[in-house]
Amino acid sequence: MRKVYLDHGATTPVRTEVADLVYKYMTDNFGNPSSVHSFGREAKKGLDHAREQVANLIGAEPKEIFFTSGGTEADNWAIIGTAHAKKDKGKHIITSSIEHHAALDACKYLEKEGFQVTYLPVDADGMVRIEDVKNAITDQTILITIMHVNNEVGTIQPIKEIAALAKEKGITMHTDAVQSVGKIPVNVDDLGVDLLTVSSHKIYGPKGVGCLYIRKGTKISNIHFGGAQERNKRPGTENLPGIVGFGLAAELIGKELKEEQERLTKLRDKLIDGIVERIEHVKINGHRTQRAPHNVNLSIRFIEGEALLLSLDMRGIAASSGSACTSGSLDPSHVLLAMGIPHEIAHGSLRMTLGKANTEEDIDYVLEELPKVVERLRAMSPLYNKKQ
Amino acid sequence: MYTDKVMEYFTNPVNVGEIEDADGVGQVGNPVCGDIMKMYIKVKDGKIADIKFKTFGCGAAIATSSMATELVKGKTLEEAKKLDNKQVAEALGGLPGQKMHCSNLAADALKKAIEDYESKQKEVK
Repeated sequence: MRKVYLDHGATTPVRTEVADLVYKYMTDNFGNPSSVHSFGREAKKGLDHAREQVANLIGAEPKEIFFTSGGTEADNWAIIGTAHAKKDKGKHIITSSIEHHAALDACKYLEKEGFQVTYLPVDADGMVRIEDVKNAITDQTILITIMHVNNEVGTIQPIKEIAALAKEKGITMHTDAVQSVGKIPVNVDDLGVDLLTVSSHKIYGPKGVGCLYIRKGTKISNIHFGGAQERNKRPGTENLPGIVGFGLAAELIGKELKEEQERLTKLRDKLIDGIVERIEHVKINGHRTQRAPHNVNLSIRFIEGEALLLSLDMRGIAASSGSACTSGSLDPSHVLLAMGIPHEIAHGSLRMTLGKANTEEDIDYVLEELPKVVERLRAMSPLYNKKQ
Repeated sequence: MYTDKVMEYFTNPVNVGEIEDADGVGQVGNPVCGDIMKMYIKVKDGKIADIKFKTFGCGAAIATSSMATELVKGKTLEEAKKLDNKQVAEALGGLPGQKMHCSNLAADALKKAIEDYESKQKEVK
């Protein structure tokens, strides 16, 4: 059976050359970068090189890159660390209602500490409105944190415009760029952000590693304690195999970015257009053009997402859904609900995220199999009436 | 996360469909929570002569619907009324914890179908 992996938004396979390097830094170059001897020095070289590779990908200085255990830690740090560092200036934070839980839950934690958080609404395409940001800013606002590309629906947020507003008022600007780095050009100076989150395993690097970009001069407190690593900001012996893997993955994806962006955009549109042509009662979620090149998200009415995923999986197709059953709670995706999509339609959402290995033939296969799966489930659904 | 039995009943469910001249129809759930089950029964000599279902929901919802219909087909109404959701889950070799409540409503739908049948019988009398 053909296997088609369409869940690159969840994670990506590690490139062979990256895996080889990770292995080398687990075996031959196993030293602790803090050690004085040759083993340590060799490790330190790898660490420094990885920092340059990651910095290059996002237009930063190497000393502005701080390695973390991944995107979640970087988001937590950006939000909680900024709040703690600037609490004497004000206690108001602005975010959006469609952030990843790594950001949302950090904000909720701060609310318990007495901070006020504004969760901005989004429009029907999942886009934050500049006007809403403007209106939410008070003289107490210390941080704006809004993701660059939404992980579920792929909508690209107007970060540059929002960051300009933040800069005007001396507010720290953070963006979670986990779903944009490596997919579209990301440059910290173009965007004008102070803090930016990157994850390795979304760009064909290993899991358990990421970084927070901290613009020189940005006030941020530590949230971990216990050592001088990462210029005294993030203690703990570095996950060196992960970090060098992340570095190489960052360099390689940067080289392919432009070409891959065009190729995936074509495949994405072929998939969206093909589904709309073949299946009735389908709604595309997210902005049609201001959209990451790898993201397809749609709601297929009268059927439920998990049943859809299981059926696709039996045909070798791996995707994800925003249905309650797959979100681990009783409610479907908070992103789809924030976009004004009714519960029953959100339950039938399907996310397919493309990547390097996907081909035209993969898309043809999905376009052949998906209608069959939908027809079978609709035939079982009491909500579906063929005459509709 | 699902047992082989659940996957088997999800993949090849028995008794899917509607009964146009059903003697009783029962529906539970709502689209907001993501699960709706509808049961149709045909009764003859106090027994469930035929039973069909339609379900909007996850893999567990479809599998439990199908299993419930299979367990009661040919049984007397009194026997069928005794079926509870837990027995349906057990017959499938168990369900993941979070599925026990939201997606395991087939016995409830069946009870509603039997009630519908019985209330119609009273009207006739």
